[in-house]
Amino acid sequence: MSALLQVRGLRKSYGALAVTDGVDLTVAAGEIHALIGPNGAGKTTLISLIAGEVRADAGTIHLADTDLTLAPVHRRARAGLARSFQITSTIPAFSVRENVVLALQGAGGPSFRLWPAPRAERARAERAQALLARVGLEGRGDHPAAALSHGEKRALELAMALAAEPRVLLLDEPMAGTGPEEGRAMVDLIAGLKTACGILLVEHDMDAVFRLADRVSVLVAGRIIASGAPAQVRADPAVRAAYLGDEPGGTP
Amino acid sequence: MRALVLLLALFAALAVVPLGADTYVLSIVTRAMIFALAAVSLDFVLGGAGLVSFGHAALMGIGAYGVGILMEEGTRDALIAFPAAMAAAGLFALVTGAVSLKTRGVYFIMITLAFGQMAFFVAQSLSAYGGDDGLSLAARSTVAGQRWLKSPLTFHYVTLGLLILATGLCALILASPFGRVLRAAKENERRVRALGIDPYLYRLVAYGLAGAFAGLSGALLANLTEFVSPAFLSWHRSGELIVMVVAGAMAASALGAGGGVAGRLGGAVLGALGVMLLEEGLAHLTEHWRIVFGPLLVLLVLLGGLKGRRA
Repeated sequence: MSALLQVRGLRKSYGALAVTDGVDLTVAAGEIHALIGPNGAGKTTLISLIAGEVRADAGTIHLADTDLTLAPVHRRARAGLARSFQITSTIPAFSVRENVVLALQGAGGPSFRLWPAPRAERARAERAQALLARVGLEGRGDHPAAALSHGEKRALELAMALAAEPRVLLLDEPMAGTGPEEGRAMVDLIAGLKTACGILLVEHDMDAVFRLADRVSVLVAGRIIASGAPAQVRADPAVRAAYLGDEPGGTP
Repeated sequence: MRALVLLLALFAALAVVPLGADTYVLSIVTRAMIFALAAVSLDFVLGGAGLVSFGHAALMGIGAYGVGILMEEGTRDALIAFPAAMAAAGLFALVTGAVSLKTRGVYFIMITLAFGQMAFFVAQSLSAYGGDDGLSLAARSTVAGQRWLKSPLTFHYVTLGLLILATGLCALILASPFGRVLRAAKENERRVRALGIDPYLYRLVAYGLAGAFAGLSGALLANLTEFVSPAFLSWHRSGELIVMVVAGAMAASALGAGGGVAGRLGGAVLGALGVMLLEEGLAHLTEHWRIVFGPLLVLLVLLGGLKGRRA
């Protein structure tokens, strides 16, 4: 299994507090690598470091052979790193379809066309519709994004991330705040994406994590304390102590 | 839909004004249209891209001085002077924008204000072109050698034509894929970056275009008054333009016509015409017209704000 995304020795401190403390992490093509850990372990910071919103103090980030350690957010995105946000982030005033069209525009490179381009726009609208169908939003294209339910917004985020045909997808708690039904739909959806790209999944829902993940890493206080196959990680005593508690919390 | 109706109604009203107005009233309405053009250019970046530029009067003034200085140097024709005025203002916007757009929010407001004041003091120090006292134009610009702009009626329609053209262009650009990036980055810049788009160059191009349109309005203003002075570039006037845009947006939203690109720019036209004509009308009644104008503005913002919150 060759690693697509390679993170080596990543460090980030805020003052004396090391939020990310020498993290090594890889995501291979077609793999779902889940990152779990208690609140405040630094999961979202790690995602932000990989996405480029926060600059690391030390360490390297490679996507395939490209060194992205110093690249700004938009260049990492163009290189094939797409993300969803823990707190839903769309363009609320745009229609659902226009959100995806914008994402397609981003994937297509700079668009300095000051005049309308009906043909290119039609093609983008069609592709947007196909992406919406893939995440189950085909009937909602004309609604304003602000009017979607929480679960639908998460699905829209996913459609926007997929528009770029990313090589690695960073999903920051895609199940957060969704109802049981929406959550199940999201799990199926993510399972269906596996073949298309590598996925780094941050998630609190243990059922989902153990259903989806090929590998699980446990982040505690900025360090990865265990990494391996789900069953192996679940059995790890250090993990049980730090995170899962004594209860067999992850049993599906 | 209502937004488009509002915009077309405004243009239609401006087209029939000359039928019932004497030369004095006509010149006031023409002047209001020139400010509407500047307001549209400001709203293109303010409402369209979320960039609160506090130096727009400088861009307008550079256009005005462009016409004035060229005329002083013997180039009287609008076909040369107007594009030159637009290019000068657009270039100033590009250069200052390249720096200003590295900042956000209040910092952007302050730095555009600072650049505007710089231009103001440069205009004051141009002793060859009147310095503090300003510069009187020998006459209005000619068009291909013809003195058409001398007629108030022709000048009125030329201004209206350019206003419609500029508004239409700004609307088309905001609706294009380019404009989509501007509008999206205004709402959620972080998201736009995560999609692989750096909004900086988009904003810079938009700011340059706004500068060119503001320069055009300045060129028209210089011709209307046949005079340019540093006061054209003062920060008071930049503030007035922002008031026009904001009040116009409030008024349009209160009329239920604030939606979409047409609503935005229609609001700017409405705001500029409203503020200019109200100022003129109130100044006729009392020299303390601001006592009436201020509360009216507050009332409008309250109304528009309430309506906006309910929607």
